[in-house]
Amino acid sequence: MTLALFAAFAALLVGCSLMVILHRNPVASALFLVLAFCSLAGLYLLLHAEFVAMVQVIVYAGAIMVLFLFVIMYLNLRHDVEQGIAVAVRRGAGWILGILLLAETVAFFKGRWAEGPVSAPDLAPVAGNTQAIGQVLYTRYLFPFEITSVLLLVAMVGAVVIAKGRGPGLHPAAPAADAAADAKAAAPDHAGGEA
Amino acid sequence: MAAFWHDPNVRMVFWALVKILVILQAMLGVVSYMIYAERKIAGHMQARVGPNRVGPLGLFQPIADVAKLFFKEEFIPDGANKVIFHIAPMLAVIPALIVFSVVPFGPQDALRVTDLNVGLLLFLAMSSIGVYAIVLGGWSSNNKYALLGGLRSSAQMISYELPMGLSCIPVILLAGSLSLVEIVRMQEHWWFVATPFGLLAFAIFMITALAETNRAPFDLPEAEAELVAGFHTEYSSMKFGLFFLGEFANVISISCIAVTLFLGGWNGPWLPDAFKFVWFFLKLAALLFFFIWVRWTYPRLRYDQLMNLGWKVLLPLALANVLVTAIVVWWRAQG
Amino acid sequence: MTEYVPVLLFLLVAIGFAGGTIGLSSLIVPRRRNAVKNSSYECGVEPVGDALQRFTVKFYLVAVLFILFDIEAVFLYPWAVTFRRLGLYGLIEMALFIVILFVGYVYLLRKRALEWD
Repeated sequence: MTLALFAAFAALLVGCSLMVILHRNPVASALFLVLAFCSLAGLYLLLHAEFVAMVQVIVYAGAIMVLFLFVIMYLNLRHDVEQGIAVAVRRGAGWILGILLLAETVAFFKGRWAEGPVSAPDLAPVAGNTQAIGQVLYTRYLFPFEITSVLLLVAMVGAVVIAKGRGPGLHPAAPAADAAADAKAAAPDHAGGEA
Repeated sequence: MAAFWHDPNVRMVFWALVKILVILQAMLGVVSYMIYAERKIAGHMQARVGPNRVGPLGLFQPIADVAKLFFKEEFIPDGANKVIFHIAPMLAVIPALIVFSVVPFGPQDALRVTDLNVGLLLFLAMSSIGVYAIVLGGWSSNNKYALLGGLRSSAQMISYELPMGLSCIPVILLAGSLSLVEIVRMQEHWWFVATPFGLLAFAIFMITALAETNRAPFDLPEAEAELVAGFHTEYSSMKFGLFFLGEFANVISISCIAVTLFLGGWNGPWLPDAFKFVWFFLKLAALLFFFIWVRWTYPRLRYDQLMNLGWKVLLPLALANVLVTAIVVWWRAQG
Repeated sequence: MTEYVPVLLFLLVAIGFAGGTIGLSSLIVPRRRNAVKNSSYECGVEPVGDALQRFTVKFYLVAVLFILFDIEAVFLYPWAVTFRRLGLYGLIEMALFIVILFVGYVYLLRKRALEWD
């Protein structure tokens, strides 16, 4: 039973991941990535990692991929795809990174990491997976946890600076202003209210 | 064959399937008659009579509506992405249905599909998946109103998901568990809504529930006065029907969760254990009436008001509520 | 993990139900297409330009901020579950966590990043 489910989820995961890079439509690619994350959550469940499985869906499928879709759908990059030398450079960089990743994977599986953790962490028996994570995260890994808040703070500031520039007031970035103007021209009554 | 039947796994799958099909049927029935109730109540609130032609008191109206939807002409606008155009309405229904798998309707094992250690997180995960229906429906239609409606409502839904998730945390603090069955058990003597911070969390949860289900006064995605019909402008026939069903299924599933988290689930006086589920359904009916009542009472918010309410009022309020609850729980543990 | 099997079954049933409804209705509904009917709806006027436009950067900012606060909320769930065991220690560390993020929230307010006008 477990093996069959593992095979199903794993096949779904690999298939979806392949479709992410092979599909021509970027929105479809993003949707396959969502599906891949969900099947990954299934694999986590088979490993008894309930909390991680749910968080995988909440954060990756429910939050990060929504941002991806926003960018793909509403930035409308269709006309901005570069041609010529830029594509060649990008392809070359892609190949190099891919080969590096492959080498890394081989090294990973040959090394001792592939054997898994040397000793299981000494945990008091608790009611469930979430409780176990809570007990370790907020005691032994307290410092990384608190640092996470600083990381989130930095990300927040970064997002605002990128989106709004450094000025004190409200200055939408230039492309957005153009887009707003375009939208106004196309649908005078309605797009104006959104922008 | 007999040996096959005695296999506990086979029996479990069989009974789970039976429960799932019963819930599915019941949900469809409740949705049909909730739509009928909404129209009737709306009628009476506005000194009209509401539907009264099909059957006695118009009681067969939902059946007529479904039949009509089934035979409506279906069309796909030019330039639409056909596959995604079909997937979007399915995504409106599926997450809402899956939530029912963790709702405990009564104290007996038979009255719930399953009990998960992370049941509450499953609900939150499904409500975060629900955004896709609207985003994809709006985008794939190749229509300006649909796109604007989809963009607006996805921003709305993600903005209100935060206070919704945070308003669940006081409940977890009080119950010490993410399992919905355990949360209901902890309310045997005192419902969580009857504590000051529980009441605040309940209020935040219900407001965000209205926004998450795109019901008035947060129905901006389909603000008909400005966006025609929002993300489902180009939808017709049963694909539109699924969006409609999804909205009501979401209302019901979110109300079920609200009853479980704050209103004590199946707990209530007088009834013996075997009939405790009646309390659950009474509370559920009260919340469903609340959804209808609000819709016909409040005017729609403006978009900036909506975003301000979510980010500047509900989010800090929910966070402060979490800290206050934690302090109280700690204080009580001391004394 | 047997308690998750019914959830998987429910997922399959829900997919079957939603797909079946659409499939069944598409078998019986009439389709009489013509060019005008198939053009996208724009209040009866000829559609102008492309439906896909670029939108103001605010929507992306909302999505990014949502991710950040969502991660914060995710940290709160295991904390809330183990809170009784962690006691005052847990209270103080989470207060610190929330205060640091509250600084970010105040920054957002000061930068008017949450304004819609």
